[in-house]
Amino acid sequence: MLEVINASKTFAKGTPNEHKALDHLNLSLKEGEFVTILGSNGAGKSTLFNAICGNFLLDEGSVILDGKNISYLPEHQRSASIGRLFQDPMKGTAPNLTIEENLALAYSKNTKGLFRFAITKKDREMFCEALKRFDMGLEDRMATKIGLLSGGQRQVVTLLMSTIVTPKLLLLDEHTAALDPATAEKVMAITNDIVHERNLTTLMITHNMGQALTTGSRTIMLDSGAIIFDIKEEERKHMTVSDLLDMYSEKKKEEFDNDRILLN
Amino acid sequence: MTLLIGSLQLGFLYSIMVLGIYISFRILNIPDLTTEGSFTFGLAASSILTAAGHPLLGLVGALIAGALAGSVTGFLQTKLDIHPVLAGILTMSGLYSINLFVMGGASNVTLLNNDTVFTLFLKVFPFMSKDAVKLFVAIAAVVIVTVLLTVFFKTSLGLSIRATGDNADMVRASSINVDAVKMIALAISNACIAFCGGLIAQYQSFADINSGVGILVVGLASVIIGEAFFGHRSLMIGFISAIVGSIVYRYIIALATKSDMFPAYMLKLISAIIVTVALAVPAIKTKMANDKLKRQGMRESDGGR
Repeated sequence: MLEVINASKTFAKGTPNEHKALDHLNLSLKEGEFVTILGSNGAGKSTLFNAICGNFLLDEGSVILDGKNISYLPEHQRSASIGRLFQDPMKGTAPNLTIEENLALAYSKNTKGLFRFAITKKDREMFCEALKRFDMGLEDRMATKIGLLSGGQRQVVTLLMSTIVTPKLLLLDEHTAALDPATAEKVMAITNDIVHERNLTTLMITHNMGQALTTGSRTIMLDSGAIIFDIKEEERKHMTVSDLLDMYSEKKKEEFDNDRILLN
Repeated sequence: MTLLIGSLQLGFLYSIMVLGIYISFRILNIPDLTTEGSFTFGLAASSILTAAGHPLLGLVGALIAGALAGSVTGFLQTKLDIHPVLAGILTMSGLYSINLFVMGGASNVTLLNNDTVFTLFLKVFPFMSKDAVKLFVAIAAVVIVTVLLTVFFKTSLGLSIRATGDNADMVRASSINVDAVKMIALAISNACIAFCGGLIAQYQSFADINSGVGILVVGLASVIIGEAFFGHRSLMIGFISAIVGSIVYRYIIALATKSDMFPAYMLKLISAIIVTVALAVPAIKTKMANDKLKRQGMRESDGGR
């Protein structure tokens, strides 16, 4: 479904701040695959998402989504088939618009015609049904401005917005990290439900190693803009957090040794 | 009496310009300085076509002129990445020459011997007084524009404009071309402003190249005065508050000139002060609340000693 081929991106090229954010990264996702991404700060996780979404163009390499090369498409055209959630619940919604207006805007991906009324009665009923299943009472507050909702509620609405028109790819950028533990768990459960029910191809960034291993079907770890581990199937089933940590420090030590050899 | 009716006429006529400013300033959240140029652009286009004997076409011309001016500012802002305030200034400045060109190099055009939409209406309804016709045309224009805008902002495109002013990233994520949306919004905003200019030219049977000077501040003052009455609520209420603000503004001006409190040339300064005070209110309120907390805190810690 998604293929990132040989992707490279260097920021601030030719300056002392030069930073290689992506380094010949290759990633391939099958349809319906749910992959969790681990990696320390600056490993290139968000940069990878930005590259897929088109916030910038890659220096090298290409992004293929559902057999179509989207490497040079502008951001808003890519977003027709990509849903994305950020850590900051404020980012995905327009605070001064009501819940139903926000949903209508996201739903407009599906409906052609700029001069069609933004919210019809049918749309409203559909939004109401969709909100009901989250069991948060949001269906009774459809005319409430989003800015008045809590972070968790906003994140749930954003999740619904990014999946209301089934995306080919769902990108979750630590979308529960800013929420309290109970709410985070609830939002995660809702996410799992939606992803499985609609068989969405999903990439999820997380800093929680336990969550990374238990959620989805495959875990990758990024370091310095490249994938250092790709854990799936049998190997993943028996993997524990401490195994993962061991693997990571082993890998890091190897690199360190290499550096030392070079320096000697 | 003439002052009362005259202010009401002007209040309604200028409210169309205030609606345009409401769209850019409040809905799109961009201070658009194209206003002064686009108002005069509409005025110039309308006066030239009216002088040629086509007052209705003049209003259409004003609409198109404004939409063009807005699109240019939008293009500068989005495609060329020029700061919104600077983009407006550039368009406004360039329009000064264009307006002079449209008016045939003359700095004013008189329409006293030409038919205008107002005199046309007077011919159709001869039983009405001149002032009544002027008021009627003004109100009719405002009602039509307000209804059209209200319906438009309920469409998908209208909703995209409102969301762009609120959170452009989210609009982009909904697969909408934010640049195009901004350009369309600025075109509509300036079309309203230029349409108002076109009506004013025919209303006063006179067009002057400097008519647009200070018009932005007048518009902002009207928006803010209206909000003082209605607050921030739904879009429809926002439009109505802009209209009421425009009328109240005209009465404040009438009162000020009538009472000889100050000479007429002080009006622009007064408008600027109204806007400044209104924009400063939130900051002053916060400062006062903080000072109060500070005083309370100091007193309590003193008492505990």
